[in-house]
Amino acid sequence: MDLLFFIVFAGIAVVSAVNVVLQRHPIASALSLIGVMGSIAVLYLQLGAEFIAMAQVIVYAGAVMVLFVFVIMLLNAGAEVRRGRSWTAQLLGIPALAAFVGLVCWFFQRGFSNAGEVKFGNFTGGSAQSVGYALFTEYLLPFEVTSVLILVAIVGAIVLARKEMD
Amino acid sequence: MVFIVITLIKTAIIAFVLLTVLAYLQWVERKVIAHVQVRMGPSRVGPHGLLQPLADVIKLITKEGVMPSDVNSFFYLLAPFLAVFMALISISVIPFGTQITIGPYTTAMQLTDLNVGILFILSVSSMGVYGIALAGWSSNNKYALLGGLRSSAQMISYELPMSLAIVSPLLIAGTLSLREIVNSQAGYNFGVLPKWAIFAGPFPQIFSFIIFMVSGFAETNRIPFDLPEAENELVAGFHVEYSSMTFAAFFMAEYANMVTVCSIATLLFLGGWHPLWPVEYGSNFVAPLILFAAGAVCVYHGLNPARPFDRYTLPVFGVVFFGLAGLMLVPFLVPVLMPLFWFLAKTGFLLFVFVWVRATLPRFRYDQLMGFAWKGLFPAALLNLLITGFLVALES
Repeated sequence: MDLLFFIVFAGIAVVSAVNVVLQRHPIASALSLIGVMGSIAVLYLQLGAEFIAMAQVIVYAGAVMVLFVFVIMLLNAGAEVRRGRSWTAQLLGIPALAAFVGLVCWFFQRGFSNAGEVKFGNFTGGSAQSVGYALFTEYLLPFEVTSVLILVAIVGAIVLARKEMD
Repeated sequence: MVFIVITLIKTAIIAFVLLTVLAYLQWVERKVIAHVQVRMGPSRVGPHGLLQPLADVIKLITKEGVMPSDVNSFFYLLAPFLAVFMALISISVIPFGTQITIGPYTTAMQLTDLNVGILFILSVSSMGVYGIALAGWSSNNKYALLGGLRSSAQMISYELPMSLAIVSPLLIAGTLSLREIVNSQAGYNFGVLPKWAIFAGPFPQIFSFIIFMVSGFAETNRIPFDLPEAENELVAGFHVEYSSMTFAAFFMAEYANMVTVCSIATLLFLGGWHPLWPVEYGSNFVAPLILFAAGAVCVYHGLNPARPFDRYTLPVFGVVFFGLAGLMLVPFLVPVLMPLFWFLAKTGFLLFVFVWVRATLPRFRYDQLMGFAWKGLFPAALLNLLITGFLVALES
């Protein structure tokens, strides 16, 4: 049952991720990206990390992607026009892709050959309590630094978007 | 196997009840607004217009669905589906009462008790904006696009104070499961004052309750925050190009969102199914008394009819109310019906407030709307959260 769910939602995630690139319309790409986020959230749920799963949906699918879609609508971006591929891409594309996939496989084979399989169902690290405890004890400094970083980004956005004062 | 059968039965009951409530909520809204404005409201189809929702449903199903030219048809049809799906699915984690025991089987009055239930509701409601935004964008209409854009901006903005307002009672309850949140509000201070979050120590959550309700109005696109469908500027906003069942889907989504917001407010702030005062002082007799009074009023007006058909319709309602009142007094049904009654009473009152506000307040201007969210509600919610967090930390 676990394996079935994993295969279905991992499949959806991969297909949607490929679809992000293949779609010609920006809105369709953005919606495919939401599909990726949603199916990854389901995979988190399978690992027993309910809090992470919900945070994934709220933050990425619910907030970040809404802003993406919002901006795409505001810019009224139309479907992109396909031009013919350049001869280097046509010649080298498939061999380069094959080489890249082979390299990744080889790397995993070498680096993680003795890794056990991921266990579903008895993982207990994803509750809100354990995440919060880890954030405010072990990872306190990175957490605070990240929040300052986000504050800097907000201030930068306001400075850039502000109208010139006369 | 038993689990699956019970869940299927519960799903069927909840879906049926919810859809009926959504249809009749619209009747209630039209009636209440009519009486506020000294009109009759729907009164032709059935006694007191009670069959009007059925007539509306039949009308919406049998109407021709018109698809305007040059729309992006996939997204155009996906949008209402998304909106209504996200609106209806959040009912699945809301607990209505305690346990039911039928023979050897015991089941909670709730579809599923997620231990992150409140986060599930937040995530689903944050996904609901896609339905409206896509509808506005794919309709190929400038009014619809403006409505969709307004709605996205408004829902993102009001989600912040709403989430912050939710966090404060969670700090007091110390859990994310909706059932446990309600259970943490059981009991009474000084023997009479309920320990609901709006009365609870160390810091009564009355402010976050108000902030939650105000952002709830904005999240459901209701007056005074119904800028996405402001009739006198945008014709009908994001759903201007929709007709027939696709239009009905948006309509249903709006009412389902209202029901969700009111249920969440009841569960988080008003103690869910816990009565207003202790059982020792007779809170179990409130429901039969109200129903008995309603039945008596119906019978009285049936005997002194103001309209010819009242002589036949009102006694029937009276008998129905008397029957319900009797049902509330049956001893072995009381532990099931009383929590349900208190939950429905509180949720129903909040829904009435939604309708009441619609009949009372005018619409905001757009810049006022955004300014109110970012300069008014957001700092207030943040301050409330800080004080609550500080006091909870001091107490523990």
